[in-house]
Amino acid sequence: MIKVEGLEISFGAGANQVHAVRGASFDVARGESFGLVGESGSGKSTVLRAIAGLVPNWRGAIIIDGAALGRKRPRALHKRLQMVFQDPYGSLHPRHTVNDILKEPLIIHGMDDRETRILKALDEVGLGAGYRFRYPHQLSGGQRQRVAIARALILDPEIVLLDEPTSALDVSVQAEILNLLTRLRQERRLTYIMVSHDLAIVAHLCSRIAVMNRGAFIEEMSSDQLRTGTPEHGYTRQLLLASKGYDRAAIDQFVEFD
Amino acid sequence: MTNPPATSAPGLKEWLLSDTPQSAAQARCQRLYLAWLSFAANPIAMLGLAIIVVLVVMAAAAPLLTGGDGTEQTLSNRLQPPSGAHWFGTDELGRDIYDRIVWGARITLYIVGLVGIIVVPVGLFVGTVAGYVGGWVDIILMRVTDIFLAFPRLILALAFVAVLGPGLENAVLAIALTTWSPFARIARAETLTIRNAEHILAAKVQGASTARIILHHVTPLCLSSVIVRLTLDMAGIILTAAGLGFLGLGAQPPLPEWGAMISTGRQYMLDQWWLATIPGIAILTVSMGFNLLGDGLRDVLDPRSGGSS
Amino acid sequence: MTTPLLSVENLSVSFDTPKGVVEAVRGISFEVGQERLGIVGESGSGKSQTGRAILGLTPGRVSADRIEFDGIDLRNAPARTMRNIRGRRISMIMQDPRYSLNPVMTVGWQIAEAYRVHTNANRREAKQRALEMLVTVRIREPEKVYGLYPHQVSGGMGQRVMIAMMLIPGPDLIIADEPTSALDVTVQLQVLAILDDMVRDRGMGLIFISHDLHLVSSFCDRILVMYGGQIMEVLDTGAMHRAEHPYTKGLLNCLPDLARRQETLPVLERDADWLLSRDGAP
Ligand SMILES: Nc1ncnc2c1ncn2[C@@H]1O[C@H](COP(=O)(O)OP(=O)(O)OP(=O)(O)O)[C@@H](O)[C@H]1O
Ligand SMILES: Nc1ncnc2c1ncn2[C@@H]1O[C@H](COP(=O)(O)OP(=O)(O)OP(=O)(O)O)[C@@H](O)[C@H]1O
Ligand SMILES: [Mg+2]
Ligand SMILES: [Mg+2]
Repeated sequence: MIKVEGLEISFGAGANQVHAVRGASFDVARGESFGLVGESGSGKSTVLRAIAGLVPNWRGAIIIDGAALGRKRPRALHKRLQMVFQDPYGSLHPRHTVNDILKEPLIIHGMDDRETRILKALDEVGLGAGYRFRYPHQLSGGQRQRVAIARALILDPEIVLLDEPTSALDVSVQAEILNLLTRLRQERRLTYIMVSHDLAIVAHLCSRIAVMNRGAFIEEMSSDQLRTGTPEHGYTRQLLLASKGYDRAAIDQFVEFD
Repeated sequence: MTNPPATSAPGLKEWLLSDTPQSAAQARCQRLYLAWLSFAANPIAMLGLAIIVVLVVMAAAAPLLTGGDGTEQTLSNRLQPPSGAHWFGTDELGRDIYDRIVWGARITLYIVGLVGIIVVPVGLFVGTVAGYVGGWVDIILMRVTDIFLAFPRLILALAFVAVLGPGLENAVLAIALTTWSPFARIARAETLTIRNAEHILAAKVQGASTARIILHHVTPLCLSSVIVRLTLDMAGIILTAAGLGFLGLGAQPPLPEWGAMISTGRQYMLDQWWLATIPGIAILTVSMGFNLLGDGLRDVLDPRSGGSS
Repeated sequence: MTTPLLSVENLSVSFDTPKGVVEAVRGISFEVGQERLGIVGESGSGKSQTGRAILGLTPGRVSADRIEFDGIDLRNAPARTMRNIRGRRISMIMQDPRYSLNPVMTVGWQIAEAYRVHTNANRREAKQRALEMLVTVRIREPEKVYGLYPHQVSGGMGQRVMIAMMLIPGPDLIIADEPTSALDVTVQLQVLAILDDMVRDRGMGLIFISHDLHLVSSFCDRILVMYGGQIMEVLDTGAMHRAEHPYTKGLLNCLPDLARRQETLPVLERDADWLLSRDGAP
């Protein structure tokens, strides 16, 4: 479904150049859920943004269903590929009602039956019609994230990119959103690529997981491998150790990997 | 909780505060209502609003409030001091100054209204495009803006009127030409802070075109700072208009333009103070009214103080 | 822990909204010494408002029998005193780094400025200190990052920039509102270790607000569990598994577990009775 080959992304120029992604390659099958974990600043979001067309300068190949993507995306492609952002407070326009937010993609792609589609989308993410005319500031974090998910799904995409969809939410809401994402994927045969720094969450939602460090993919494994604690790379083992909680002695043993 | 608006006052209040608005119109009314509540809690801003409302009513009801249109001359009645018959006295041609002030409100509103209508869209357009598109477009648009910004406003307006010829419309045009640049600056600054926001990225992922993003996503967020700035600028606009009027380059006689009234009244300053003082007070009051209103609006509309919860 | 650095008694925060009064915090009391105090709870339980009320940074109405920091009554301290305390003696690391950073200034400039406000250092010294601070919070290539704008740094880097800004004046008490929610686990622990060192070596106090229960229970000396603006229970370090309150247990249950596979996660069932105990009304 999605194939990424030798993806290279850098920002800036000259001495201030940041080489954010160094030769990332992976592929994701249709209906699969693929996880990306790794250090903060290792380029996880940048990979997703490149696939979504939000990064202007990248090299390498991004192939969707056999067709390589160019710099300029045809509008129809946006219909197949959608993204949910990390920050539910920043990803909804503060002056648009939920209705406006959900109508926007329908207008852009000239789809009709807007009323029914909006109500259906709200219903699917567990928000009733009562939320339709609220402004984002009248919603809680979890409700906002549901709206963001509804916005991503209203165009009936095949691929959904999830950039830390629950890191701004508390644990009870996180459980609700994770359950919602699981259900939607089963019902609609969606393909997910999800970024998170919480190993337990990635292992819960994804079947295959790639670990990134300093812009490069260092290891790929199944979620069962992660569960049983048998990753190979030292960095991954360190991540696993760190996810067990605060332990001063262990922290002093942490090393930097390149 | 979901009464239609037509019912009695408590029903209306519930409708405005309901947690589940039933229509886009209701949602919009609710937002306006909440903004109004916080605006109304500020007495100084309300004073500003009251002054502007009086000005508007005065302008609208001028024929009802006065006997003529402020231009009839009664030479036998020249330079009468304020009295029961002529509240603010009469001028050197025997025209009632009260009448002229009331009719002058129309001219003042005409000027600020027209300037606003020209300046806000131009400033927003230049600022948002420069800020959002960036690169060469930004550099060129901002250089042009800077050129306009560099000249003192009255001087530049004078130069334009000198080219266009005196008259009310030309004065409006000249003021607009000299006023738009700060609006472009503000809109650009505002755009820079939101162009990388996640909701703008989300619109891009949806496939929205640049024009659509600027129009539907960026502009609404710049609008409130621009409107606040406009109300605060109104005083300056009125003073520039008065300045042009004073120099004889704005509204032409016999139109009762306040600045022109001061200009003619100046010759009688020592013995007939009311000729220049009354329009002066009118200009001062209205400028102050717009300023207070702008301060209040800033508190309500500023996206940084409201919005987030 | 002999003399508390901060003691709070019967703190309440409420908001007058057009729709009625919202009680965000309802009469809570606690003390912080030279230790790590954790506050956990679901979203909206009043954690952030508690932290903000201490510094007088909430727009809501605050009432308390006592808010005392190092012998200073913070309840009606003059604005001048508060300004001196804020930042220099008590720092608050705000939630939402993106909103707290100025989008049109470089992150390095903002850290240096935080230093210059509290000391009379010149620009060069401030820049030097800011770079050191970036190293302390484990940012790689600090010179490069110094010149980046907030939208150019990753979420986790933004959070560490905020932390650097708050640590740079060397405060006595830090209120950290979810300071590490956007960090990956290793960096998260390393940042906590920095805070930990400051508590141990400099005798600083730390109020650590978070909804990551496992992390808080392994890191903090004491934990307040909040729900609906009240404290449900107080737990000691590592005692999370011995939690009694159904709310705490419910929160723990929601977490996905790395050790076993679950199809759906249990969600929290709230109970209005939890709040009845104190003021007789939900
Ligand atoms: N617009 C940009 N300009 C310059 N550098 C950028 C830009 N966007 C990202 N970077 C850099 O690219 C690197 C990777 O950033 P990215 O946001 O992908 O990290 P991440 O893995 O998502 O981290 P986190 O978990 O903290 O969100 C960082 O070093 C960041 O500074
Ligand atoms: N300005 C405000 N006006 C009205 N109510 C408010 C305001 N600020 C906060 N509240 C309310 O106060 C309560 C507590 O908010 P607070 O920010 O302390 O929650 P929190 O525990 O920090 O949650 P989170 O984990 O989401 O940050 C919430 O119910 C919120 O709705
Ligand atoms: Mg990221
Ligand atoms: Mg909070």
